[in-house]
Amino acid sequence: MYDLTIIGGGVIGAAIAWQAARYQLSVCVLEKENDIACGTTKANSAIIHAGYDPMPGTLMARLNVRGCAMVEEMSEKLDFPYKKVGSLILAFNEENMEMVHTLYERGVANGVPGLQILTPEEVWEKEPNVTKECRGALYAPSAGIVMPWRMAQAMADCAALNGAEFRRNAEVTGVEKAEGGISLQLKNGETVLSRYVVNAAGVNAWDIHAMIAPPRYTMRPSRGEYYLLDKAVGDTVHSVIFQCPTELGKGVLVSPTADGNLIVGPNAELVSGAEDTGTTSAGLSLVRRMAQLSVPTVSFRDNIRNFAGVRANTDIDDFIIEEVDGMPGFIDCAGIKSPGLSSAPAIGEYVMELLQKTGLSLTEKENPVDTLPKKVHIRELSPQDRAAAIEKNPLYGRVICRCETITEGEIVDALHAPIPPVSIDGVKRRCGAGMGRCQGGFCGPRVHEIIARELGLSMLEIPKDRAGMFILTGETKTEG
Amino acid sequence: MKYDVVVIGGGPAGLAAACKAYEEGAGSILILERDKELGGILNQCIHNGFGLHYFKEELTGPEYAGRFIELLKKTSVEVKLDTMVLAIEPGRIVHCVNPKDGYMMIEAGSIVLAMGCRERTRGAISIPGERPAGVFTAGTAQRYVNMEGYMVGKRVVILGSGDIGLIMARRMTLEGAKVLACVELMPFSGGLNRNIVQCLQDYNIPLYLSHTVTDIKGHDRIEQIVVSRVDENRRPIPGTEMVFDCDTLLLSVGLLPENELTRAAGITLDPRTRGAVVYENMETSMPGVFACGNVVHVHDLVDYVTAESQKAGAAAAHFVQNGQESESGRVLELKNGDRVNYTVPQKLRLSRMDKSVGIFFRVSNIFRNVEIQVTDGETVLCRFPREHVAPGEMENITLPRVLAEKAKGSTLTVQIVDKG
Amino acid sequence: MKELICIKCPKGCHLHVDDENGYAVTGNSCERGAEYGKKELTNPTRVLTSTVKVTGSLHRRVSVKSLGELPRGLLEEAVRLLDPIELTAPVHIGDVVIANILNTGIDIVATANRPALS
Repeated sequence: MYDLTIIGGGVIGAAIAWQAARYQLSVCVLEKENDIACGTTKANSAIIHAGYDPMPGTLMARLNVRGCAMVEEMSEKLDFPYKKVGSLILAFNEENMEMVHTLYERGVANGVPGLQILTPEEVWEKEPNVTKECRGALYAPSAGIVMPWRMAQAMADCAALNGAEFRRNAEVTGVEKAEGGISLQLKNGETVLSRYVVNAAGVNAWDIHAMIAPPRYTMRPSRGEYYLLDKAVGDTVHSVIFQCPTELGKGVLVSPTADGNLIVGPNAELVSGAEDTGTTSAGLSLVRRMAQLSVPTVSFRDNIRNFAGVRANTDIDDFIIEEVDGMPGFIDCAGIKSPGLSSAPAIGEYVMELLQKTGLSLTEKENPVDTLPKKVHIRELSPQDRAAAIEKNPLYGRVICRCETITEGEIVDALHAPIPPVSIDGVKRRCGAGMGRCQGGFCGPRVHEIIARELGLSMLEIPKDRAGMFILTGETKTEG
Repeated sequence: MKYDVVVIGGGPAGLAAACKAYEEGAGSILILERDKELGGILNQCIHNGFGLHYFKEELTGPEYAGRFIELLKKTSVEVKLDTMVLAIEPGRIVHCVNPKDGYMMIEAGSIVLAMGCRERTRGAISIPGERPAGVFTAGTAQRYVNMEGYMVGKRVVILGSGDIGLIMARRMTLEGAKVLACVELMPFSGGLNRNIVQCLQDYNIPLYLSHTVTDIKGHDRIEQIVVSRVDENRRPIPGTEMVFDCDTLLLSVGLLPENELTRAAGITLDPRTRGAVVYENMETSMPGVFACGNVVHVHDLVDYVTAESQKAGAAAAHFVQNGQESESGRVLELKNGDRVNYTVPQKLRLSRMDKSVGIFFRVSNIFRNVEIQVTDGETVLCRFPREHVAPGEMENITLPRVLAEKAKGSTLTVQIVDKG
Repeated sequence: MKELICIKCPKGCHLHVDDENGYAVTGNSCERGAEYGKKELTNPTRVLTSTVKVTGSLHRRVSVKSLGELPRGLLEEAVRLLDPIELTAPVHIGDVVIANILNTGIDIVATANRPALS
């Protein structure tokens, strides 16, 4: 019997585990995929929002502003990429300008620091590539960019080092009351018993909720499609460039990524579920057209990847974080749509408060791990430091991913992380190999070999990403 | 560490450049190769058809590379394998790294860039759809199949009818896979007729010209590929969709010169070729830095890579021997005119030209009975008749120095004109 | 009458070969095209390139080719004969892998070097 079980190993599950593992609790995270941070966490805008969007007084407003304030220090302690680049909401006309003022006031009410309304000239001085149609903008200096999967991994790694158990390929198929707690049935036939359970299953949280109670809200999963452009054009803009939300949607953003690429998107389209992560030619063309309204010179010729993510939207204008009626000790953490990533660390804290209110006693561990050792990033080192690193470990001298200059040593480090990846994309999300302009065309087979060697697996067993995503179908010359 | 000539890349371009630099008397020569063996991409090109021009016989890729590796063994050229070049700094300092020697800064008398090219990916052409496993660039698949001995799929659709795509169609078929279709966006194939006949027709693999992939279906592994016909503007025509049940999509949709080092060094690039702008002797905008092979422009025949690289290797040796020559005399700029997409070289220094210079370029479409003309804007300086030109086949003409000297102004234009 | 594309040069002439009339070729622009057209219909041949297993080397396969053209109809059969072969490094370019394959008088030889791992 665990004290606390978290369903879902995305950024929300990881944040809750990170908070919970600080206390003298036995904590378990159940992730249905073969790696953490595999769902919405890996496919979103990667923005830490300042917090002027949510309506004052909502849980969302409070958690967003608090989360945004937490990320900077976390990124230092937990060693994940974060840049406080600020954001601009552009206005193209008078109506937009009114919206900019509304958002300014909302932001002030929410406690967002440093908001300013800029003139077009001030905007162009910051961002020369912004359209000449710009009539002004709301500037939020506290907004930032992260690598969301790295943020989730960092919190999860920290939780794991504090004793939390991460069980992967562990899909929950049933939830029942049990003696002294709650019983969770897994797809593989196992049962997990836990005193408390948090449902942080992202887009699938609705399905988990439906196992124990009538629906309290309607899921409206919304797909957003993106372009990821080459680092050669990563400096097209320097901050996050938003458009004013209108009845047509939140608009398309253009932003640098924490890794130096340029990200453009998303559109918003109602889809049937978490697996609807395909891109469409209509969606991508809408994204292109919309982005060019803000930044006419975005070079889509430099595209290296399209992707889409599904957001856990609901018909309720707030996050749904509450104990489920009739199921004491079971907490829903659902409808975590944008700004869910920004709010994640604060959601972790809030869920702990809620658990405490429902009777879980929290005693902090004596010396909980709160800082992760700095990972070696060879490309960021000076020649001298690099030479020293190679002296210690020659594998830091073998570049495997040539687009991103990632060495074999860094890949091996990734494969020995507290929660080690088991797939090519898992390695990519850990250390960046294959993230660049050739998209793993060159390094893919080499990373594949390194994974096989380090994990003692056959090449045939290693998937591209999720467990079913096999790469190889057999061997040549086997008379078959 | 100090060398007369440092060659970056040990594929066909680097090998030929290093051998030639040695022949021309350069003292110390070093090849830096990132892989664990020399030969570059030729090692995985196990089909035959290499060397008809240069060796007058048909070799496979590894054999062609092998000839130069044998030649290299008879020289004093040094090789560092498993070595990645990170940067070229002013003063021709090459920063590189490997597990054995660690971080190295090498002083080079001259440098030859021979890094080759890479494949365009799904992202580069924005194919919509789901993102399952089973999408490979043809070259990645080729490496898995030919070098590592693994099959990448059982039922295959190939997008792009360039030679690599066609070669892989036959290769996968002979290894027991079913290749359902080869799909080409353009109204003509980018590959050699010989490969269309011997790689597709021999195995009854249909070639769909003016078609493209418009959707990829399958959550974990590809389950279906949707192919649509395109109009004359290469836009898919709704209602023409064909669905193929398959598990694999191979992409053979073009190659891009790999010029990250070049760009970071501040060397001028040509947006048409995506390679360095080069002079008549393959020197780039940075004195003493030369470039050759697919890093300059994508070739279709390795034989021409060899010839171009020998030119660069010789010039790199001469640079060390003679030092930087003072720039005087006329420089002519070569421009692409009607129906020509680019030229290499882009600039001619008349005082440095031998008796003649070879000019390489690609045409924009298939044309019959045409004339290649070199003009200074007023007068056509020379004409070369051609019965047939095509974008898939690099064209090459020899411009005599005496004719180039006659040019008025500072620009020469290469154009294709209908004959008669 | 059979139609085929000539592969002898980049022009790619569309040949018409009269298989009921002594394989007379039309549509060709040169003599090589006529020869090709006739041979393609009477006795088409191809070079076979493939791989075989190798142990004790950096790679698990080594490339091979037929040292001459095999009748086209024999390619599939020939390639299956390569399946059970397993070489041990070192392997050198030109090493005979199968002599006189399918009694064609043609050898299958290695086309790459595979030095033994030290």
